[in-house]
Amino acid sequence: MTTIPVLEARGLTRSFGNVRALDGADFDVNAGEVVALIGDNGAGKSTLVKALSGNLALDSGQILFAGGEVELTSPSHANSLGIETVYQDLALAPHLNAAQNMFLGREIPKPGLQGRLGFMDNKAMRLKSREAFDELGATVRSLSDPVGSMSGGQKQAIAIARAVAWAKGVIFLDEPTAALGVVQTRNVLDTIRRVRDKGVGVVFISHSMPHVIDVADRVQVLRLGRRVATYEAKRTSVEELVGAMTGALDGAQS
Amino acid sequence: MTTTEVTPRSAGTASALTRTHSLRQVLQVQSFQILLVLLVIFLIFAAMAPEVFPTWGNVRQIIQNVSILGVLGIGMTFVIVTSGIDLSVGSNLVFSGVVAAKVMQSMGDTGWGTAFVGIIVSVSCGLGWGLLNGVLIAKAKVPPLIVTLGTLGGALGLAQVITGGVDIREVPAVLQDTIGYGNVPGTTLPTISLIAMVLIVIFGIVLHRTRFGLYTFAIGSNEESARRVGVKVDRQLISIYALSGALAGVAGILSLAQYGTTAIAGQSATNLNVIAAVVIGGTSLFGGVGTIFGTVVGLFIPAVLQNGFVIVGVQPFWQQVAVGAVLVAAVYVDQRRRAAAARGHSAKDDGRTRLFGRRSN
Repeated sequence: MTTIPVLEARGLTRSFGNVRALDGADFDVNAGEVVALIGDNGAGKSTLVKALSGNLALDSGQILFAGGEVELTSPSHANSLGIETVYQDLALAPHLNAAQNMFLGREIPKPGLQGRLGFMDNKAMRLKSREAFDELGATVRSLSDPVGSMSGGQKQAIAIARAVAWAKGVIFLDEPTAALGVVQTRNVLDTIRRVRDKGVGVVFISHSMPHVIDVADRVQVLRLGRRVATYEAKRTSVEELVGAMTGALDGAQS
Repeated sequence: MTTTEVTPRSAGTASALTRTHSLRQVLQVQSFQILLVLLVIFLIFAAMAPEVFPTWGNVRQIIQNVSILGVLGIGMTFVIVTSGIDLSVGSNLVFSGVVAAKVMQSMGDTGWGTAFVGIIVSVSCGLGWGLLNGVLIAKAKVPPLIVTLGTLGGALGLAQVITGGVDIREVPAVLQDTIGYGNVPGTTLPTISLIAMVLIVIFGIVLHRTRFGLYTFAIGSNEESARRVGVKVDRQLISIYALSGALAGVAGILSLAQYGTTAIAGQSATNLNVIAAVVIGGTSLFGGVGTIFGTVVGLFIPAVLQNGFVIVGVQPFWQQVAVGAVLVAAVYVDQRRRAAAARGHSAKDDGRTRLFGRRSN
């Protein structure tokens, strides 16, 4: 690992009352690689993702983006660096349509005075949304129906397409396959590989060890708010990962 | 996900589809239904009193009566689309009117200069209360119901403190003559109604066509999601409550012009009337759905009923009964429609609830 990670965390700590959610956690992801982040419930995965996507203030620790130290003050700040997150609840507005969700917070203004008055170029946004969905092979039947009336798979596709379209550096996917059927899951895993091939660093959080081994290049294990192990996905096994997550391998490790 | 089958069709017809959809968004199902209800009510009264009811003179009267509520309804629609509520509009109207009347009274003359100052003062007072509402709701995280219940009492109480509880009846003649009772030059359309219409059109465009409007819907739809994608939710909420307040200030000066008095005791049910109209017009109290157009229609139903009952000789008190029934019916229809929509979709593209169990095809 001589390359500089696109995103790196060093010694992050964060407490909620008496609970140390992050206790000196390290993490790194390179451009064009899929890193799986695994850990038992309460290991600090979600907290780590929140911290790295600008949703959480830290007690201490360093975050480095492309080698330079940054302080992620807000989700939009993280977004401006090209860090995108697909949240477990997808963070879509159910009453808005797919194109509106795609561009929410980043609308394309109409040119000239109209744009300055707050009018949006809906046509351009629809076209770009359609391109983004097609690129992912996402089944989004209507760009103008409210997202709330769509299936879980379609919502997921929209949320992922949105993140992929904007992610230039890193994309976090928090349990993207948890609520999906077999076909959609395979679609999401394919998407992850495609995004990686574009040179984006992908962080994949999952409880499904077969998926993790299937899609990840490296696996980093969190336990009790700390990274306890990093494995090459090709040279590890479900047993080894579960052992590291639960601490059963502690005695065996040097 | 069977991509190949579906995508080409929707890609090809996307622009044609969206055109009809955006039209549908403007004439959303419920506001359209309620328009039909309004037409039916209108036709019934027209049949019962063909000599009096359907004349321009009478319709003009109804339009004039609705104008002030229309101005309040704009702000209320924005607020309710965010799943908020603003109970303070009536008191805010009174307070703004009282302060404006006081200032104009102290200036002495009754010319346009005084009237202009009065307008500025009234709108500023309304804006001030609105900002207070907005900051307390967005920053202090006090629920809108409580904040605006507090400012409802606060504004009304202060209005009474300022006047000693006695209405001010001195209003510059120019205000009364031109705005209050006057017509748009060359027509028989009340000036006050033209002002309301202009505001309705402007803010209808703002709500349905601009980013400000989109963020309003986004917050009502899912505030947390909006926050996460970078919408400045706090600022947006403050702006919306400030807008509602400023429009209450506008309504305050319009009310002064129309009635020639501060009418301190006359606005105790205004907030509820406006909320009822907004909801009858198809705006969801749960946020994310609503149109200004629907609100306007929703305002006309009580007004037409009131006017019609008087003309056909029914005790006008029945109007309250009828409006109550329409309100409940409107919400009932809306709930059923939404439930049916959810079921209809669940056959093919089910909601998230069913996804876990039986998603095998």
